[in-house]
Amino acid sequence: MAARAEDRAAQERKAPWKDPRAEPYIRIDDVSKKFGEFIAVNDVSLNIYRGEIFCLLGGSGCGKTTLLRMLAGFETPTEGRIFIDGQDMAGVPPYKRPVNMMFQSYALFPHMTVEQNVGFGLRQEGMSKAEIAPRVADMLTMVKLQDFAKRKPHQLSGGQRQRVALARSLIKRPKLLLLDEPLGALDKKLREHTQFELVNIQEKLGVTFVVVTHDQEEAMTLATRIGVMNQGRIVQVGTPHEIYEFPNTRFTAEFIGNVNMFEGRVVEDEPNYVLIESAELGSPIYIGHGISTAPDAIVWTAIRPEKMIISREAPTEKRNAAPGVIREIAYMGDMSIYLVQLDSGKTVRITQPNTHRHAEDPLTWDQRVWVSWHESSAVVVTE
Amino acid sequence: MSTSTYRWSSGVLRRIGLTGRGIVIAVPWIWLLLFFLIPFIIVLKISFADTRLGVPPYTPLWEWTGENYLQLKLNIQNYLFLARDSLYLDAFLSSLKVASVSTLFCLLIGYPMAYGIARASASWRNTLLLLIVLPFWTSFLVRVYAWIGLLRNNGLINNVLMGLGIIDEPIVMMQTDFAMYIGIVYSYLPFMILPLYSNLEKHDNTLLEAAVDLGATPFRAFLRITLPLSMPGIIAGSMLVFIPAVGEFVIPRLLGGTDSLMIGRVLWDEFFSNRNWPGASAVAIMLLLVLVLPIMIFQKYQTQEAGGGGHR
Repeated sequence: MAARAEDRAAQERKAPWKDPRAEPYIRIDDVSKKFGEFIAVNDVSLNIYRGEIFCLLGGSGCGKTTLLRMLAGFETPTEGRIFIDGQDMAGVPPYKRPVNMMFQSYALFPHMTVEQNVGFGLRQEGMSKAEIAPRVADMLTMVKLQDFAKRKPHQLSGGQRQRVALARSLIKRPKLLLLDEPLGALDKKLREHTQFELVNIQEKLGVTFVVVTHDQEEAMTLATRIGVMNQGRIVQVGTPHEIYEFPNTRFTAEFIGNVNMFEGRVVEDEPNYVLIESAELGSPIYIGHGISTAPDAIVWTAIRPEKMIISREAPTEKRNAAPGVIREIAYMGDMSIYLVQLDSGKTVRITQPNTHRHAEDPLTWDQRVWVSWHESSAVVVTE
Repeated sequence: MSTSTYRWSSGVLRRIGLTGRGIVIAVPWIWLLLFFLIPFIIVLKISFADTRLGVPPYTPLWEWTGENYLQLKLNIQNYLFLARDSLYLDAFLSSLKVASVSTLFCLLIGYPMAYGIARASASWRNTLLLLIVLPFWTSFLVRVYAWIGLLRNNGLINNVLMGLGIIDEPIVMMQTDFAMYIGIVYSYLPFMILPLYSNLEKHDNTLLEAAVDLGATPFRAFLRITLPLSMPGIIAGSMLVFIPAVGEFVIPRLLGGTDSLMIGRVLWDEFFSNRNWPGASAVAIMLLLVLVLPIMIFQKYQTQEAGGGGHR
């Protein structure tokens, strides 16, 4: 695990997306896709670099799958262009693209054995049986299915099918692999295991992954970068860390993880600080850096539950703090979740790690407490 | 009915072996027994009898002779005769040939149609299916007669062709094998299309996308994915066409030439012209045996498909 973390760190240090000279492997230029009146993908531009695991994250119907299908060639963009490895993909049919896809339903051929499924791509290239057999065997060994070569898909478990689908999509050694909800059909334990396996395989083969998912946890663990999509548009692109800590919209903040959101009005907007008046909090909000907004603009202040502090005594700083009553406590083992109803009527969610086995005088239901946060913990979004 | 009465009566029914499940299964069994097995036994019995003048026109199989003897007479003459007279073998072979060719043409014409319907938009599908089924609402005979109107020398097709100056003399189509094949293929086409459609309609389109994604051209994807997966539909449709086509009697008689030798026709002549009931029964039994083979293949395929978990 430590080695893997280092790899990821190296990947992030390299960060080709920060290097202006780096040539993107996939270039999506102003692509839109309309189905009749419905705009599935709305003017998306995106650069994806070699060796990345790029996650398209969004709710159902946000256009992420349509975008993926346009990369695979199953849909043609209504407007805009897609370049893969510098080549314009317009008019290139799916069977001529240097791209393979792992389908959400796996789409294994039910009348073929595992071996035949995996070897299918090579057969289409006109390779002989003698050439295909060792490569299929290698691939099956890599996904640990060497003993299942002669089985049919319906004789396999969900996790095994998923691995057959992965092996089949990797057999042609594509430069780009598209994965549509790759872990969607697996149970929680298997998901976690498979996530790490996917990343390992990706690093071993040096393939570029574009992953579509609605599961933010999946995106966070897999991705080098995440593109958050909403209503056909890319809302934000960034590393998992950037997306989580610096969301640029209310949508991103609320879609990724949990967040407490306070609506407010900017009263003082200076280069080095901002003061926000919020009826929802009941006291002023102080942000330790400037934001560029019009005076009196309505903004939203987002604070993650784990960055809030819950205390019995009133904090010395009167800003970024409000009194309230504990309404719910959920003990999760490693941490506890507190739902605190502020005097303004708003309920906030606070998580606190359970660092001690026996807390003296623990917080309890209906107790009056103060909720506060450090001035650098909050993020202000304007839309 | 109160619960206790119900319990009492269901207990009684169960004691004599009647449960809800038993009754449901029994109904089709009784149906098959009454309308298939018993008639079959009667025909089998007649096929071992001898002809005679009278009512019925065949001899009984068993007779009481003297006081204590039940004499059973099995006349295998009819079967020997079938084997000896080449007419019957020729008729069988030509029937099988006609049925095979017709089935092949039904498949060649029906597969694209079924495929087209299955891939049509949902709103079109029902309309297209209705168009396939619609001819069933008219009498079969009327439809065959309609073909006579189209095909005969002064029929629609010849008149149009001559009117356009494409031909000078009418093309003789009636009373030929051509007309007979047209009649059979036309009449049995829906039986090919419907099972094929119900198979093709269930196909998962992402399988084709996966094949194309892996480098198969759409045509190869069809050959490697759609075609093998539609095999149960092809077999079901082919059986539904082949089996009745072997015994087909009306169409060859109305559209085919006088020399067209079909086993159905031989059977008819044997029965009504020669009044040779035992001979006709022997032909019928042989026909059944010839057809049982493909039915058994079909059955085997079906159970295989069901046992193999099908494909989703």
